[in-house]
Amino acid sequence: MIEFTTWDILRNLLLAARWTVVLSLVAFTGGAIVGLAILFLRISKGKAARVFASGYIELFQGTPLLMQLFLSFFGLSLLGIEVPAWLAAGIALILWTASFLAEIWRGCVEAIPKGQWEASASLGMGRLQQMRHVILPQALKIAVPPTVGFSVQVVKGTSLTSIIGFTELAKAGQVIANATFAPFTVYGFVALIYFVLCFPLSKSSQFLERKLNVAHRNH
Amino acid sequence: MSLIEITEVRKSFGDNEVLKGIDLNVEPGEVIAIIGKSGSGKSTLLRCINGLETINAGSIQVAGAQLATDELHLKALRLKVGMIFQGFNLFPHKTAGQNVMLSQMVVKKTPKPEAEAMAKKMLDRVGLGHKFDAYPDELSGGQQQRVAIARALAMQPVALLCDEVTSALDPELVQEVLAVVKELAAEGMTLLMVTHEMRFARDVCSRVVFMHMGRVHEIGPPDEVFGDPKTPELRQFLGAQH
Repeated sequence: MIEFTTWDILRNLLLAARWTVVLSLVAFTGGAIVGLAILFLRISKGKAARVFASGYIELFQGTPLLMQLFLSFFGLSLLGIEVPAWLAAGIALILWTASFLAEIWRGCVEAIPKGQWEASASLGMGRLQQMRHVILPQALKIAVPPTVGFSVQVVKGTSLTSIIGFTELAKAGQVIANATFAPFTVYGFVALIYFVLCFPLSKSSQFLERKLNVAHRNH
Repeated sequence: MSLIEITEVRKSFGDNEVLKGIDLNVEPGEVIAIIGKSGSGKSTLLRCINGLETINAGSIQVAGAQLATDELHLKALRLKVGMIFQGFNLFPHKTAGQNVMLSQMVVKKTPKPEAEAMAKKMLDRVGLGHKFDAYPDELSGGQQQRVAIARALAMQPVALLCDEVTSALDPELVQEVLAVVKELAAEGMTLLMVTHEMRFARDVCSRVVFMHMGRVHEIGPPDEVFGDPKTPELRQFLGAQH
């Protein structure tokens, strides 16, 4: 039997953690872009757009991420579209992230007093102009802490992609645990690496919350 | 043709009809005070004029711009008529100067230097030229309201709607805002104001509209309305004021 040193285990886990980081970044960036689009639909004046957006949000928040991963991986290949695991994982995570970010941001937009909409409307601004110059700059300030906080969920969510065969931190942990027969050590390290990734995020979320509150300008 | 023509306007919130057929024509340069109990529909009427509320029947026209629900018509209307709110509604993330510049640049596409010059001019006009770089939370309520007036004036409207502009102010700050409004009136700006400042209405306005239960109950020059109220409702309303 081959002997694995602790360093062997840790080194290989850290190499795999790169993919966790990449996948998290992809999911978060893509999710932010799609989420912004969903947000605009969700608060638009057209009823069809609002219904579509809230249906989207309900669907992706109301089903487990695991099922979404299965469906985008196995479902698409059943339809004859071969998707590699990384692509299926990316798509599912982006759509899932978008549904949560859209809803978080909607709350932030709605927290802006109605008077801001009325004042900017009475000055002749159109809806997009109001959003861009008056509402979003104020909503952004409130949105930063919960958005950064949610990014922790995205990082942890990437661990589910191991199920469809994408080799990131959790999957690497499985493989290495099977090879070394040292599951406790291996999964202990896996958990530790996730914690090291997530802890700064949740800390900075708390920090930003305090900082932006101090800077918050009342009217 | 009058500057503002309000014809047979009706407005309901659900089953509750708050405006029951309002007719009112305003000539250029007129200063109109709208008085009445809360719930009489006076604020709603004002908000209908620039399309913040949709109307159920009737028509409203300001200097040829017709009230309609699409964004294009609304924009044309809102360029003619500015509005000042009870709660100031300054943009808190922008300085006083930026507040006055923003809509000029965004809506009228005025180049920045010109918008800035206009903002300076308008802030000077309300006596706040030195507060150009102050944020709203660094200003008193009275100062904020004056910035809001400057912001509306910078769009060069033909008429201004004032919705209880001094109601949210501490008593000692009311006068500085009223002084600015008075000056506008003297310069010939057309003003429609919902107000509880009866003395101000008496001194400054050309006509007073008394609203009651969603109708124009009495209308006339201030001397007539305050000096010789025709209806028991108005007498009671004026009596309750003092």
